Amino acid sequence: MIMIFGIPGPLLFGQLLLGLINGAFYAMLSLGLAVIFGMLNIINFAHGALFMMGAFVAWMLLNYVGIGYFPALILAPLIVGAFGIVLEKTIISRLYKLDHLYGLLLTFGLSLVIEGLFRNGYGSSGLPYRIPAALQGAVDLGFMFMPIYRGWVVLAAAVVCLATWAVIEKTTLGATLRAATENAPLVQAFGVNVPRLITLTYGGGIALAAFAGVLAAPIYSVNPNMGTNFINTVFAVVVIGGMGSILGSIVTGFALGVVEGLTKVFYPQASATVVFVVMVIILLTRPRGLFGKAA
Amino acid sequence: MFGFSRPQLIAFLVLLVLIVFLPFVLYPVFLMRVLCAALFACAFNLMIGYVGLLSFGHAAYFGMGSYVAAWTMKVWHVDASIAIALGGLTGGILGLGLGYLAIRRSGIYFAMITLALAQMVYFFCLEAPFTGGEDGIQQVPRGFLFGFINLSNDLTMYAVVAVVFLGGFLTIHRIIHSPFGQVLKGIRENEPRATSLGYRTDDYKLIAFVLSTTLTGIAGGTKALVFGIATLTDVHSSTSGEIVLTTLLGGLGTVFGPVMGAVVMTSMENYLAQFGAWVTVTQGVIFMICVLAFRRGIIGEIGNALKLKL
Repeated sequence: MIMIFGIPGPLLFGQLLLGLINGAFYAMLSLGLAVIFGMLNIINFAHGALFMMGAFVAWMLLNYVGIGYFPALILAPLIVGAFGIVLEKTIISRLYKLDHLYGLLLTFGLSLVIEGLFRNGYGSSGLPYRIPAALQGAVDLGFMFMPIYRGWVVLAAAVVCLATWAVIEKTTLGATLRAATENAPLVQAFGVNVPRLITLTYGGGIALAAFAGVLAAPIYSVNPNMGTNFINTVFAVVVIGGMGSILGSIVTGFALGVVEGLTKVFYPQASATVVFVVMVIILLTRPRGLFGKAA
Repeated sequence: MFGFSRPQLIAFLVLLVLIVFLPFVLYPVFLMRVLCAALFACAFNLMIGYVGLLSFGHAAYFGMGSYVAAWTMKVWHVDASIAIALGGLTGGILGLGLGYLAIRRSGIYFAMITLALAQMVYFFCLEAPFTGGEDGIQQVPRGFLFGFINLSNDLTMYAVVAVVFLGGFLTIHRIIHSPFGQVLKGIRENEPRATSLGYRTDDYKLIAFVLSTTLTGIAGGTKALVFGIATLTDVHSSTSGEIVLTTLLGGLGTVFGPVMGAVVMTSMENYLAQFGAWVTVTQGVIFMICVLAFRRGIIGEIGNALKLKL
């Protein structure tokens, strides 16, 4: 057996993989938060609840309609994204002229409602969601056994994150989006329908969270609290990364997942708090965040 | 006295009369719960209402104050007054440390940082041996105040809670009407301008934060004493959310709003407790209604209708 720093190799790599998986979720969620914040100037507190909703919609599709994992991976984000668009159109858009804090408070209330409703309907104990047959089993990588599903999650998350980055940084739509983030009235003067762009951005950010939710469903049991457990850490991730850069959010998310995984190997007691400790260090040395713009 | 305007003085006297006579009509334990929540909300309101900073992690100071008061009462058998004071001290010291970090950012970031730091405190309480983990610290004796006043009687206990609440309430009122409080409001309205006038705004914010968390710790310690229990719920982020809602519902930045919010919220929790998760849904709906249509809160709306500053 390979030993690294006195730790058996398989244990180390196993935890690293778990860390990468958590990191994948941090990356997808903080990316969505950053995109939404850039456009709407709102911290979407309901992000965790909508992530949870993605997992639940996948579960419902399977158990009520018989639609399996892979179609759900597309359908659930579309359904939850559409729900997000309705929310933006009906409620959230009323707050753009007010202090940013009201957006935070409103979406916090929204998350209470969504989570409460799911808790009433399905209890808090959690519902199982089976790993699809095609992704079951494990492969021997030589230095460790990797469960295929876990590898798939990291891969799928990385692809989706990079695709989001490419859309925002490399396409015309993305260029319009970035321009509107910088100066919305000017972009509107060029004939771009900015309110629709805002709505689509919110829907897109929500769809990203729902996609993460579907990926998470087979790993964690599907339960109403799964979003809250993640989102508090994701806020720390956002503070560490700063919301200035798309690629920055992705890198910070994955990196913090890995840091968390490594902590679990070397000092398990601190694994739950290590992200917050990193946040404290960043606040002391670089308050605007690793990739944040100067205030 | 204390900078009350005439209408505020009348409102305060009404409050005082209610505090004195209600325990003979309503269940004192319920009223003590209201008063603890009201002090907590008033302390929270000091930050959001007068400095304009939304702390989303005030449960950390409430919960730690509660744990320390419960632990010292149960293990060291200290006097009730010392337990409450230690609760406040804990809140203050913790607030000094975490506030020093949080005031480096403002606005939305301040909310996220305080939330994340409170989450760290929650994980600490989950792991630390002295908190009793999931069980919390239970069966804390109420003991004696100043060594000779037996607190096991509910009405005696109520009198102590009422004095603590009124002390805290008047302290906050005095703070916001002092020159120091005026500077805080100046920072809230226009921070660069306050800086240019020579005020070290970060120092002011930190002092306000520590005052707020100290009073929050006192509220937590008092609560632990009344109910003989300190649990993870007190440090949980849901408690932080509830106190934001309490203050918002009563009226941000009003003097009596947090008290009114505490009355409504505590009654609601009392009557809705049998419906389980519907409490969360109701709270969420109230949150949304408040933000969309009712931003002044109950007292703010009343004050606006009567053209008074309450």
